[in-house]
Amino acid sequence: MISQLTVFLQNEKGRLAAACRTIADAGINMHSLFIADTQDFGVVRMLVDQPKKAAEALRAAGYRATITPVTAVRIPNQPGGLAKLLEYMDSQNVNVEYGYCFLAGEEFAIDVLKTDEDIELESKLAEAGFQTVAPEEIYKLD
Amino acid sequence: MYYQPDIETMPVEQLRELQLDRMKRSIAHAYENIPLYRERFAEAGVVPSDLKSLDDLVKFPFLTKQDMRDCYPYGLFAVPSSDVARIHASSGTTGQATVVGHSANDLKNWGDCFARGIYMVGGSRGSVIQVSYGYGLFTGGLGAHAGGEAVGCAVIPTSSGNTKRQIQMMKDLGTDILACTPSYALLIADTAIEMGYDPAKDFKVSGVILGAEPASENMRQEIREKLGVQYCDVYGLSEVMGPGVAMECAESHGLHLAEDHFYAEIVDPETLQPVPDGTYGELVFTTLTRECCPLVRYRTRDVTRIIPEECACGRTHRKIDRIVGRTDDMMIIRGVNVFPSQIEQVITGFPEIATQYQIVLTSNGPLDRIELQVEPVADFPFDEIRKLEDLKARLHAELKSNLQISVDIRIVEPKTIERSEGKAKRIIDMRN
Repeated sequence: MISQLTVFLQNEKGRLAAACRTIADAGINMHSLFIADTQDFGVVRMLVDQPKKAAEALRAAGYRATITPVTAVRIPNQPGGLAKLLEYMDSQNVNVEYGYCFLAGEEFAIDVLKTDEDIELESKLAEAGFQTVAPEEIYKLD
Repeated sequence: MYYQPDIETMPVEQLRELQLDRMKRSIAHAYENIPLYRERFAEAGVVPSDLKSLDDLVKFPFLTKQDMRDCYPYGLFAVPSSDVARIHASSGTTGQATVVGHSANDLKNWGDCFARGIYMVGGSRGSVIQVSYGYGLFTGGLGAHAGGEAVGCAVIPTSSGNTKRQIQMMKDLGTDILACTPSYALLIADTAIEMGYDPAKDFKVSGVILGAEPASENMRQEIREKLGVQYCDVYGLSEVMGPGVAMECAESHGLHLAEDHFYAEIVDPETLQPVPDGTYGELVFTTLTRECCPLVRYRTRDVTRIIPEECACGRTHRKIDRIVGRTDDMMIIRGVNVFPSQIEQVITGFPEIATQYQIVLTSNGPLDRIELQVEPVADFPFDEIRKLEDLKARLHAELKSNLQISVDIRIVEPKTIERSEGKAKRIIDMRN
């Protein structure tokens, strides 16, 4: 399991910039950022170095910030990589809440998934031959 | 335990006789010394001697806030300046300020009225009372202060503001009773919790005397639990006296009027006719002992009802319910009468939402648009948008069924909504 930083932001001019500045001022590097937005608010999900420290810095600055455990899987960068993973999830009756993918070099992509069955999923995935990603492969630990 | 047992538990018959006797004298005093009353009584065709029973009061004309503004500054003073001990003024945020004078006896009676509430929350000589109402022209601070002194309490006049220092003093000085606005009590509780205390266990405070703004039953419960206290709701208004006109006993079901000093009526705000006990309407006061600024049938604009029951606490003075709104705070939204307290009642039924909220009214062409801004609590699972959307939908449905109007819900970041140190600014009306 890896620790994702989640931040609740009002859908308002300058809020994302201000949140990123708070993280930057804490001396923390970001590796990925995805925004889910609705009409009046957005939920920002990030992979950052020292996620706990980042969440604390944001909370101290008045933000709603939390750490969410998510599963990350390394997938070969080729057609059907993600489909295969999702088909496996489906076969195991695992619900995917949300997900996002990013490239890690030329050969691999990292697929991050929030599911309703986080704990046992990693070992199941490993048994099925998927390559799960350890936190230290993506970010500096706290 | 009563502060003034003979008065507070006086048999009802005897109390009515006392009221009639005092009312006759007070109305005559107003008539003889204030030209406005002479004019108004003449227009209505009444003279003070027409008052033969308490029921005759309905023959007398009303006095309004506007009358008080028009009489600014000294038009409603019935004594010479040599007998005026103090002058208070209303905030004047909604118009010309109104000033109210107090004689030395008026101030003494005020202290006694508030002191009854200190006994209601278990206070007595030697209790430590912290007054975190603002001191100044606003009557909250000095009114509570006078009550504490009348009882013989150790009074800490912290006034409002500087919340962390308030909390430090509360803890270090062993405050027994806290007097302030409900929203400030909640801010004190929340700040103490943020500072790492559990005020219900770590602090000695056992009673709060809160007033000057509305608070729903759920908000009251939150304050009781967070601070571990008995809650005494105090009612008062600067035009009539200040805090202490009515106070809530330990039965927590209504506020006992200080009927030896004030006579209350409840009237329909449209027809101005008295309504039966138990029916909501506008609260109207006639003062019975005030020397400096006696009032005859003053319309408070506060909406409440008489609670028609004998109180288990033994006090015989009639009770009013908590104030559900003000006739001029009442929002008319798409033709529907809405009180902010109704919205607060719904919000506090949702534990996922913090108690602070704000209502923004705008015009959308000919239609009114009402937006309610709320904050999720700190441990809300906001990572899942579904849960946020679900919360919005449930809150929307609940408001619709309670208020019969559609309210747009906006979930905002914490601390976006201003915390108050005095009266909370809950409504922003931007309609043109």
